[in-house]
Amino acid sequence: MKSKASSYPYLVWMAIFIIVPLAMVVYFAFTNTAGQFTLENLAGLGKYTPVLLRSLKLAAISTVICLVIAYPIALILMNSKASSQKMMLMLVMLPMWMNFLLRTYAWMTLLEKNGLINRFLGLFGVGPLEMINTEGAVVLGMVYNYLPFMILPLYSVMVKIDKSVIEAAQDLGSNSFHVFSKVIFPLSLPGVMSGITMVFVPAISTFIISKMLGGGSNLLVGDLIELQFLGNAYNPNLGAAMSLVLMVIILICMGIMNRFGDEESKGMII
Amino acid sequence: MRAKSKPFSKIYMGLIYLFLYLPIAVMIVFSFNQSKSRTLWTGFTFDWYKKLFTNDVVISALINTLVIAVLAAVVSTVLGTLAAIGINNMNKYLRSFVMNATYLPVMNPEIVTGVSLMLLFVFLNMKLGMTTVLISHITFCLPYVILNVMPKLRQMDPHLYEAALDLGCNPLRAYWKVVLPEIMPGVVSGLLMAFTLSLDDFVISYFTTGPTSQTLPIAIFAMTRKKVSPEINALSTLLFVAVFVLLMIINIRSSRQEQKDRKKERIER
Repeated sequence: MKSKASSYPYLVWMAIFIIVPLAMVVYFAFTNTAGQFTLENLAGLGKYTPVLLRSLKLAAISTVICLVIAYPIALILMNSKASSQKMMLMLVMLPMWMNFLLRTYAWMTLLEKNGLINRFLGLFGVGPLEMINTEGAVVLGMVYNYLPFMILPLYSVMVKIDKSVIEAAQDLGSNSFHVFSKVIFPLSLPGVMSGITMVFVPAISTFIISKMLGGGSNLLVGDLIELQFLGNAYNPNLGAAMSLVLMVIILICMGIMNRFGDEESKGMII
Repeated sequence: MRAKSKPFSKIYMGLIYLFLYLPIAVMIVFSFNQSKSRTLWTGFTFDWYKKLFTNDVVISALINTLVIAVLAAVVSTVLGTLAAIGINNMNKYLRSFVMNATYLPVMNPEIVTGVSLMLLFVFLNMKLGMTTVLISHITFCLPYVILNVMPKLRQMDPHLYEAALDLGCNPLRAYWKVVLPEIMPGVVSGLLMAFTLSLDDFVISYFTTGPTSQTLPIAIFAMTRKKVSPEINALSTLLFVAVFVLLMIINIRSSRQEQKDRKKERIER
């Protein structure tokens, strides 16, 4: 007897707490406060285009920086001794286990006008530099928080590359640059793709990092959504429309990435 | 090739570790600072730790967080394991449909999940508080449990279950005695993942909690807005040390296990 019945409680749960809420987001996005159908919410998003573009830009920059920083780390990990690999990986992942609010708060104290970095620079007569409340600070916060999400999928794909393939390339006369460009890099692409999605999605939808490090002038889409639901601008219909747009953007990105993605590393986030 | 790149990789990893640990190190140092200043060192003290332990808000938030994390982990593990077994018995098309729906909350940005659940709770007229937070946590933990259990089920030899039936087990007993032990590693890692995800969640709790019941991440958020820094530093230090010790224990245990396995192999040879 192959029974499907044991999945019914889950299916019911999922229908009530995942499908219905998402349907409600769509419903709210297309209705006004009286519950009538309207396109006003979506049309009203036009004036928030700069915020949307800023979110896209900062998330894209952070994703690229994460990739550039993380790729050599994954290479170094791959080439280290098996015994030290684990330890090195643990040290890289350890900060991620601390609550991200605390980590972001730590950067606040470093970047402040009277913060440690400015004090340090002051010793050499430089500064004080305007570091907090800038777009750069938001990017820094994103990179710091989401770097592990890039390292992990890269490493998990690269460590599985068969060493004999690399040796074969060397035996056939490849120099180390060609070994990288023709063998290692193409084989690591699935990890690159899932790393990009895993950094880009939280980066484009964050609202805390921009609030803490970006001050009031660097609002992102996430901040706008939060304001519509919990802030002074209470307007769930508009907020739902924004959430819908955010979801669609991410679905499009996923659609592009999923062609190459690596399903396994999703489960390895932790 | 490897020998040449050694010094470079050492320097590079050093810089990465500096980047990752500098903020944390600064917090730890300033958690012992006498004055409230976040930049000037004025002397050593344990005061902030004492204040932290007498801070009722933090203590009750910590208890709330632990209770919710344990409940969410247990409920989502039970529901999720049952679900994985059922989904595994479905035909190909139904299975891929359900699995795609399961991926939804994993892929969706957290803020959208939080907002959508908030809309539902408000619509159902539920009072936002511990119950709604717990429901939300179970909801976002479930997919991770299923994603952990599913591969173990697929790796398992289906004949084992049939053999148990042939040998006189009823289906329930066969699942309990044969299937469950086989998939146990997946169940345990699902449970642990659900527990840590729940412990650490801020965004979804933020949208589904009420004004009175707080979890630790939400209490931390309130603290960062008030900028009462030394206490936060003390809290960060304690959390960091706890996580560090935990990971060390896990790491040492697993490497010991590996050594044991290797020894066994050698003896068997």
